[in-house]
Amino acid sequence: MVTFLRKRVVSSAIPLLFVVFGVFCLARLTGDPVNLYLPLSATPEQRAEFAAANGLDQPVLVQLWDYLGQIARLDFGESLRTGQSAAEMVFAAFPATLQLAAVTMLIAVAGAVLIGCAAAYRPNSPADRVCSFLSMTAASIPDFWFAIMGVLVFGVTLGWLPTSGVTGGAEVWVLPIATLLIRPFGVLVQVVRGAMVAALTAPYTRVARSKGASEKRVVFGHALRNAAMPALTVAGDLAIGLVNGAVVVETIFGWPGIGKLMIDSVLQRDFAVLQAAVLLTAVTIFTLNILIDACYALLDARVRQAAPA
Amino acid sequence: MTATPQDPGPTAQDPGPAPQDPGPAPQDPAAAPRPAPRPARWWTLLGGDRFAAAAAVVLGLVLTAALLGPVLLGDAAERQDLRASLRPPSLDHGVLGLLGTDVLGRSMLARLIDAAGTTLSVALPAVVCSLVIGSAIGMWAGYHGGLRESAAMRVADVILSFPSLLLAVVALYVFTPSVANLVLILAITRIPVYLRTARAEAAELRSRLFVDAARTFGAGSGATIYRHILPITLPTLLTVATVDFSFVMLTESSLSFLGIGIQPPDVSWGLMVAQGRQYLQTAWWIAVLPGVAIVITTVSATIIAAWARLATDPAQRWRLTAPRARRARANRGETPS
Repeated sequence: MVTFLRKRVVSSAIPLLFVVFGVFCLARLTGDPVNLYLPLSATPEQRAEFAAANGLDQPVLVQLWDYLGQIARLDFGESLRTGQSAAEMVFAAFPATLQLAAVTMLIAVAGAVLIGCAAAYRPNSPADRVCSFLSMTAASIPDFWFAIMGVLVFGVTLGWLPTSGVTGGAEVWVLPIATLLIRPFGVLVQVVRGAMVAALTAPYTRVARSKGASEKRVVFGHALRNAAMPALTVAGDLAIGLVNGAVVVETIFGWPGIGKLMIDSVLQRDFAVLQAAVLLTAVTIFTLNILIDACYALLDARVRQAAPA
Repeated sequence: MTATPQDPGPTAQDPGPAPQDPGPAPQDPAAAPRPAPRPARWWTLLGGDRFAAAAAVVLGLVLTAALLGPVLLGDAAERQDLRASLRPPSLDHGVLGLLGTDVLGRSMLARLIDAAGTTLSVALPAVVCSLVIGSAIGMWAGYHGGLRESAAMRVADVILSFPSLLLAVVALYVFTPSVANLVLILAITRIPVYLRTARAEAAELRSRLFVDAARTFGAGSGATIYRHILPITLPTLLTVATVDFSFVMLTESSLSFLGIGIQPPDVSWGLMVAQGRQYLQTAWWIAVLPGVAIVITTVSATIIAAWARLATDPAQRWRLTAPRARRARANRGETPS
């Protein structure tokens, strides 16, 4: 198990390194950072001074070394907009996104398992068809449009829920979570249903029935355990994809998370903050991948033993 | 797809030494006498699923509107008329006023059709580019195996391990958001999807007898991949491409909505939703209608993909050709009792 995890950490670290170098190249190759940080009106002396102060007159390799050192110290520079440390801004925004994503994934997985199992229990029954069509639609609805419809119906017309913001009780959570939830939920229901249909017709299910196991035990004990693997793969991908949704949801609902920070820094060309946000997201995804791999190993003994390189 | 009807088993996928074009295009009925029973044509298969038929009609309409719209409507999408500002959808103002007008008095219908062209001109090239490049590299990697396979898969893993929107946001920070750059970025982020699928299929086919036979007859690796592996993997890849079409369309809409995709004065469905957002309280149709257009198109593409998965699988195709009653019986038989 430990060997397995160590190997996975090494192979998952490769994408992380790519991002670190990618961000460095982005900062250096897409134009002189001096032009990026200083206003157009800066004099040549000011430019030279800025370059010297930030080590930009050094060879590229020296700059790369400095850059890696800065990252190790979590020093991403200062925001152009607020003058605050970029790292501070990003870490202040991070918990808001994490809460949103964690609650969403929890609801999505629990709901999808229940509905997917119910639909798979009688395949092609009217309930199953309705469920398939609805989940397919849910997976195809653009999240930003769904959010706006939610605002229109529940915020503007009915006045039940606030249209944006985070101050207030539980009602501020409803629309952001519903928006973030809809796509992962639709996809997961389809995956769980598909995997359960296959598992419920498999020989081991027949064996479980013939030895007299209760239906509850057959469905949740035997079939679901085997159907969990594909669902876990997709759930992992969806959790990573939640970053996509978080950007949209946070922009629409004014949620002070990392997605909104990222879009704001793109629109206002605030490179230090963008860099910090991208690197933090990359590290989060890296951690998530390791966790998913660990879940695989816990679920399936074959994965534990045949640890792939 | 429509070839080799004699054997309905899984081996029916084997295209033999002279595989026919496996694309969904109908083949010339006059060519070579068909053995009985006649193979199901793609339109018969489409008729076997009413949802899929409806979805195909919708997609056809969107495509026709995008192609013919500019010719038929002229500059109607740009023509402003402040007296007609924010008119709700009604039948009183001719065809162009059918879906109402926006704040500048421009016809929503004309703008929706114009936007369909923009959306498709991003989504279709992006899907085709990633399909062609991804499956070429994937089949090459899967056929050869070894170092080439691991190298290709590592690169795919790196791209896939990051959310596409994140990559797009970073890339569009550097490059100006234009149609060409959007296509490029979307294509690059979607290449790994095809690469993985094609590699898996090619790696499995590599050891099949007919590939061995081709190799024995002296076919080069390129010819073997093109003539023997591609025809079998193509249906799967096309199905993946249909699913991916929805995904690419949604990503483009999201980017345009966030302000880093299509830029005004160009118009796309996502951008229209963003523009309509500020009139949500007074003129709901500006934000609602483009979203409905996105949902209808993506749902149609998803339904077509589900149909294509059945139609290209010889073991499942009977579900589309068998009479309705028999299908219902079979479905009942499947339920656990």
